[in-house]
Amino acid sequence: MANFIDRRLNSKNKSTVNRQRFIRRYKSQIKKSVSDAINDRGVTDVDTGENIIIPRKDLSEPVFHQGKGGIKDKVHPGNDQFSTGDRINKPKGQQSQGIGEGDASDSGEGNDDFAFSISKEEYLNLLFEDLELPNLEKNQLNKLVEYKSVRSGFCTEGVPANIDIVKSLQGSIARRIAMTSSKRKELRAAKETLAVLKNDKHDHIIEINDLITKIDLLKERIAHIPFIDTFDMKFRSFSRQAIPTSQAVMFCLMDVSGSMDQATKDIAKRFYILLYLFLTRTYKTIDVVYIRHHTQAKEVDEQEFFYSQETGGTIASSALELMAKIVDERYNTNWNIYGAQASDGDNWADDSPYCQKILNEKILPKARYFSYIEITQRAQQSLWKNYQEIEEKQAHFAMRHIKTVDDIYPVFRELFKKQLTKLHNA
Amino acid sequence: MTINKPLDDNSDWTFDKLSLYQKEIARVAEHYRLDTYANQIEVITTEQMMDAYASIGMPIGYNHWTFGKKFIQTEQTYKRGHMGLAYEIVINSNPCISYLMEENTMTMQALVIAHACYGHNSFFKGNYLFKTWTDAESIIDYQLFSKNYIAICEEKYGISDVEATLDACHALMNHGVDRYKRPQKISLDEELKRQAERERYIQSQINTLWRTIPSESEQQKQKSSSFPSEPQENILYFIEKNAPLLKPWQREIVRIVRKTSQYFYPQKQTQVMNEGWACFWHYTIINHLYDEGLVTEKFMLEFLHSHTSVIAQPSYNSDYYSGINPYALGFNMFIDIRRICEQPTEEDKQWFPTIAGSNWLDTLHFAMENFKDESFISQYLSPKLMRDFKFFHIHDDEKNDYVEIAAIHNEVGYKKIRETLSSQYNLSNLETNIQIINANIRGDRTLTLRHIPHQNIPLGDSSAEVLKHLHYLWQFNVKLVQPNDKGVDEVIAYCPIIKDLAS
Repeated sequence: MANFIDRRLNSKNKSTVNRQRFIRRYKSQIKKSVSDAINDRGVTDVDTGENIIIPRKDLSEPVFHQGKGGIKDKVHPGNDQFSTGDRINKPKGQQSQGIGEGDASDSGEGNDDFAFSISKEEYLNLLFEDLELPNLEKNQLNKLVEYKSVRSGFCTEGVPANIDIVKSLQGSIARRIAMTSSKRKELRAAKETLAVLKNDKHDHIIEINDLITKIDLLKERIAHIPFIDTFDMKFRSFSRQAIPTSQAVMFCLMDVSGSMDQATKDIAKRFYILLYLFLTRTYKTIDVVYIRHHTQAKEVDEQEFFYSQETGGTIASSALELMAKIVDERYNTNWNIYGAQASDGDNWADDSPYCQKILNEKILPKARYFSYIEITQRAQQSLWKNYQEIEEKQAHFAMRHIKTVDDIYPVFRELFKKQLTKLHNA
Repeated sequence: MTINKPLDDNSDWTFDKLSLYQKEIARVAEHYRLDTYANQIEVITTEQMMDAYASIGMPIGYNHWTFGKKFIQTEQTYKRGHMGLAYEIVINSNPCISYLMEENTMTMQALVIAHACYGHNSFFKGNYLFKTWTDAESIIDYQLFSKNYIAICEEKYGISDVEATLDACHALMNHGVDRYKRPQKISLDEELKRQAERERYIQSQINTLWRTIPSESEQQKQKSSSFPSEPQENILYFIEKNAPLLKPWQREIVRIVRKTSQYFYPQKQTQVMNEGWACFWHYTIINHLYDEGLVTEKFMLEFLHSHTSVIAQPSYNSDYYSGINPYALGFNMFIDIRRICEQPTEEDKQWFPTIAGSNWLDTLHFAMENFKDESFISQYLSPKLMRDFKFFHIHDDEKNDYVEIAAIHNEVGYKKIRETLSSQYNLSNLETNIQIINANIRGDRTLTLRHIPHQNIPLGDSSAEVLKHLHYLWQFNVKLVQPNDKGVDEVIAYCPIIKDLAS
């Protein structure tokens, strides 16, 4: 007696919960691995999964077991040379390492580190854990809202374009059946009587005439019931539903003047990638606008943004002006606006106060968040000082100083950490 | 013999073909008096097989990170090609559930059906250890109960606390078996009813035990000062019943782990026999089908290829050597017993006067039903088999800088080798002997455990970690002692670690 069951189709990923438990338990180690990776990896593959390595000793499950030493008696197969009483010297340096010993080791595998892969989803969750979208709480209040028409049943009034024919005709049929049923009953009865009278041996001329008149009258009445009535009309009803905008635009502003070398640009690039990844987790559609500037600003594509060389002086306000202009032209309504500016801090000294003014007046009132990172080994210059004044007043403006690639991730976390305390004070 | 039309030997399997083969195998199995639970044969994918690996073969189990770790490990080694997956997993339950991998060829499926559904299955039903220790009827229900119970606990008390409790229990899992008392069989319904009852009852008992008001007489006090009255080897049981501060749900979790450990206890002790028995029967059954003309040469060649690789035994100096292959030893012992019954030599008559020339099937069934690895080897390992395996015995004393060949496969050595090999499968020699000797219930509640080394083999270095887990459950001081040369107990580990041990 045997039953065959095909289980191939059901209960996939039975171990998922256990796997999540494992990741939960080793979060700190895995996170360290993840944050190392963001700095080491190439920029383009930042969106894939990640290999995680955990030292094996951290994973051990201790049990009482026998250690090395003592007296051990073991039987082995395949004797090809030994006789009773033979003595074999133990290898020097390794005490008590007989042939085939080591049954007490707690795992059959070597002592190398425990390596495994996590999926892109798991990777991003770990990467962005504890990070909340900047200024999210405040946004809840003046959140950009779109309206969308959704069907909400039927109603009896409306414009002809919204008539639902099937529903209306159903109503019409029902009404007609209901209103004619008694008359049709009478009609049927009259017809039957008529037939009986006609077949009778005696003549009933008067009764027959009366009946015919009655039948005609009834038929006429039935015909008078209108085929469709305003009462039958059903219209599709729509209502407007508020939905939060799921679209965002991210402005990447970067100084490409002669003072910015490729290494500095790479740092900036990583920062933008992090920001982009971060936004993809909240918004469905994200536009990215690249604006590079030296003395003049220009909107470019990604390739040009990161890789083309320019020389010349630096006027940061040109980029800010261009950003404000683009916002006005293309992203005026229904867009959540994010800005990230990267620079090595060089700016034409007279221009810095102007930058402050544009930010305060044109950009910050519309933007959800604006961050400025300064990538330099030197001391801060005029732009930093002017921006600092903004930071003191505006909750959704943040600035940090980055020295090396390793700083990016910590700085990013700091910039976007949950519940900015300043926000509450403000 | 009538000539049968052979079964389709195309290597692709279908469910129709599976049942055809299964029918024939069942018929032959019955011919050899294999008594089995009803079979439930489930076809699964590779991934599901890895799931099954991770959850120690059980179809349902509670969630814990160690299973996740095991799954990741299995997946990694499998994907890199370091390891092949088993062809089957079989669960000691009624009906007996066997998993077949979908990748197997028809021949492999037939082999697996004979091996698992009739070999292992009849072993589960017939062997005395399984009869005593496990209840095939209720295990799936119990697993379901424990999974749900632990899920509810996680919801009520948080994942972290449940996880810590499970961690602690797992560390002591090997010490959660009642070796002498026969466990009771109960069903899921009963288990649920009892569980609530138990929770209330145990807590009231604990309260009595730990009551601080000294109401008893002096004499009783004296008596209870050496609590427990006898050393307790079942540490988890002791914790479940006596740990002062454990919450009722934690006691239940201790119990669940203890029960699971008990369920697997017979499997640990019958590896050689169980696998040997299953190999013997897939070999015998398939050959029987071949003799009847039901399977083709093509089928047989593939079958023999798989069979021989399963029962291969590399020599001690081979790169592939990793101890004695239980499949090889078990299979050859059963084959050898049959040989002794059917064609005994003079030597066999001398060594096995009672079975030489007896009915082989009776003898085999008797052996399967009444032994475990240790006793099976000491009863049935024949000189011929020791010669075939070329067994030799290495004596390794830590004090010497050499190892000694204590015996080889010759007239003088047979008994010694058989004795040593048998004790190699004796669980009490392999697992550490640790018992609770005292719980100071009138004083500082220190729990004392004693380790008695087997052949002077010291404890491994993870003991301090295990004590931390024990401390988590007991929640008062825990110490581990070991008798020194003079037989006086010395503290070898202490938790929490204190600076002044002398005090």
